[in-house]
Amino acid sequence: MKKIEYTKIKGHSVPYYGLLAGLGFMILLGLIATWYMEHNGHYVTGMTNQIVWGMPHVFAVFLIVAASGALNVASIASVFGKKIYDPLSRLSALLAIALLAGGLVVLLLDLGRPDRLIVAITTYNFKSIFAWNIILYTGFFGIVGAYIWMMMDHNMYKFKKKVGLAAFVWRLVLTTGTGSIFGFLVARSAYDAALMAPMFIIMSFSFGLAIFILVLMASYNWTGRELGDAVIARLRNLLGVFVAAVLYFAIVYHVTNLYITEHHGVEKFILRDGGIYTNLFWFGQILIGGLIPLALIYAPAVKTCRKTLGLVSTMIIFGGLCQMYVIIIGGQAYPMEMFPGYEVSSTFYDGVVGQYSPSLPEVILGLSGVAVSLLLVTFAIKVLGFLPTSLADSIADPHASK
Amino acid sequence: MSDQINDSRRSFLSKAAIAGSITIAPGVFLHQTAQAKPDDQAVSSKTRWGMLIDTDKCAKGCTGCVDACNNEHSLTGHGRPETDTQYIRKVSLVEKQTGHEISLPLMCQHCENPPCVDVCPTGASFKREDGIVLVDKHICIGCRYCMMACPYKARSFIHEVIENQTLSAPRGKGTVESCTMCTHRVDKDGIPACVEACTEDDHNAMIFGDLNDPNSEISKELKKHGGKQIRADLQLNTGVRYQGL
Repeated sequence: MKKIEYTKIKGHSVPYYGLLAGLGFMILLGLIATWYMEHNGHYVTGMTNQIVWGMPHVFAVFLIVAASGALNVASIASVFGKKIYDPLSRLSALLAIALLAGGLVVLLLDLGRPDRLIVAITTYNFKSIFAWNIILYTGFFGIVGAYIWMMMDHNMYKFKKKVGLAAFVWRLVLTTGTGSIFGFLVARSAYDAALMAPMFIIMSFSFGLAIFILVLMASYNWTGRELGDAVIARLRNLLGVFVAAVLYFAIVYHVTNLYITEHHGVEKFILRDGGIYTNLFWFGQILIGGLIPLALIYAPAVKTCRKTLGLVSTMIIFGGLCQMYVIIIGGQAYPMEMFPGYEVSSTFYDGVVGQYSPSLPEVILGLSGVAVSLLLVTFAIKVLGFLPTSLADSIADPHASK
Repeated sequence: MSDQINDSRRSFLSKAAIAGSITIAPGVFLHQTAQAKPDDQAVSSKTRWGMLIDTDKCAKGCTGCVDACNNEHSLTGHGRPETDTQYIRKVSLVEKQTGHEISLPLMCQHCENPPCVDVCPTGASFKREDGIVLVDKHICIGCRYCMMACPYKARSFIHEVIENQTLSAPRGKGTVESCTMCTHRVDKDGIPACVEACTEDDHNAMIFGDLNDPNSEISKELKKHGGKQIRADLQLNTGVRYQGL
């Protein structure tokens, strides 16, 4: 393995500026959507007093979860000493910060009072996992920022491993916090499970890596840099393991609930009777986001095909969004069981499945969060040397020179 | 001459009135302060306000408590029931096994260990010393995590601009709200509007009082006939209890 050289991308081409403009336009649309929702109030969205978290939260939580997962590539290099991942570490850390920023922007702009951001970051209730998350997110920016500094500054390089370890531990705690937002909710049958935290960690591995692969392949393809098969093969195998692990956790979660009588209702709802949620679970999360990617990753015929890997990564992202939709919105749609053994009705939609159809502004806000993440990456790789000049096998593969 | 007599009579009467007022006033004022809490005095944990609802007395189809609450807090709907605020609602229950029907009002249960307070990132959801759970509208950021956490679906998010508010119950778009147990009345020695309406309608299904005072009507009734908590499994020790459930 030769010494890795990192260079900025030129970023003078029309397509580059076109990409920046496109992402900028998406962000502008997101701001307009936010203004529309905040000016009128949330009644113009699909969210109600029954479904209080909607499409913005699906995108926000997905991006935040994926953020910590995107850092995994760097962690495997610095914490677990796998050399082939080392050249990918800078991009991994950059993507982690960018995805977190995108997710938080969406979360913030959906608040009822986003103008009270200063209250949110200065007034803490330390029993709230939400408050803890605000600290964890802020810390993540700091630690991963420092990690990038250690990687880029030759004088600080000796601290890279230690800061990398700190970032790895921090990201595990962060995703534990994100999963616990749901795990700590005793009120609703679909949540209230300690399994949520590790499940979210595993989901982060998979979603984060899928996004990382797409960003890596696109940036090397569009800048004409060489990306060898060794790196791709490693990432593909790793992705396969993560996808299988996500499926495993989904099975454990549902089988456990199926065993517990009080959870039979919510399981029937998600797995059989939930309409859109049932379809998204089986076709979106399990089939498109799990089984088909798994088959394509390990199928000998397409094992080395990069287009297939791109498709697989896209399917995993789609499946991940479906999974988030089922967890966040499906979990709220199932009526709260306050009176076991009774049929319940009221003017406040007690005892009935909550109705939700995402409004256009919500979807635009969510997509603008994705645009924020991608814009940050697109801009950062132009101003700093995040990308190795070449990831050809002769350079990146530690076994190639032996 | 008669003018002089009238003047001195007037002077005597006015002095007598002042002297009389000074003599009587402390008693009058003391009587009032002994009942109602002055605004600058903090509420005390010696009191725990609660409600007891007898579902057998709660008339099916009657919405007296709901109407009184809506009126008290100016909760006028916008014709959008999915996003309109409801502090209190009537819930109809039919037991699947037997067909037994129950009608009850459901609102914030004013838990001793409220999940909404636990999850609130800024501390806007809080519990007063006297057990009433409220939202501080000044620091609520509108994240709705409390609505996710409440096992009673007792909270509403203000989905639009509010007009014609009452001074006693200020509300604001983009924040979360719920039953206040009419603190503005309770702090002035009154009872919640819903309880008052139920009593005025002669249903007497709701009793309001101090759960910490063994001599209060609510405590005596609870001691005699008991009262259940909704979702007692969560061990939140709710301030609102139900009979006939």
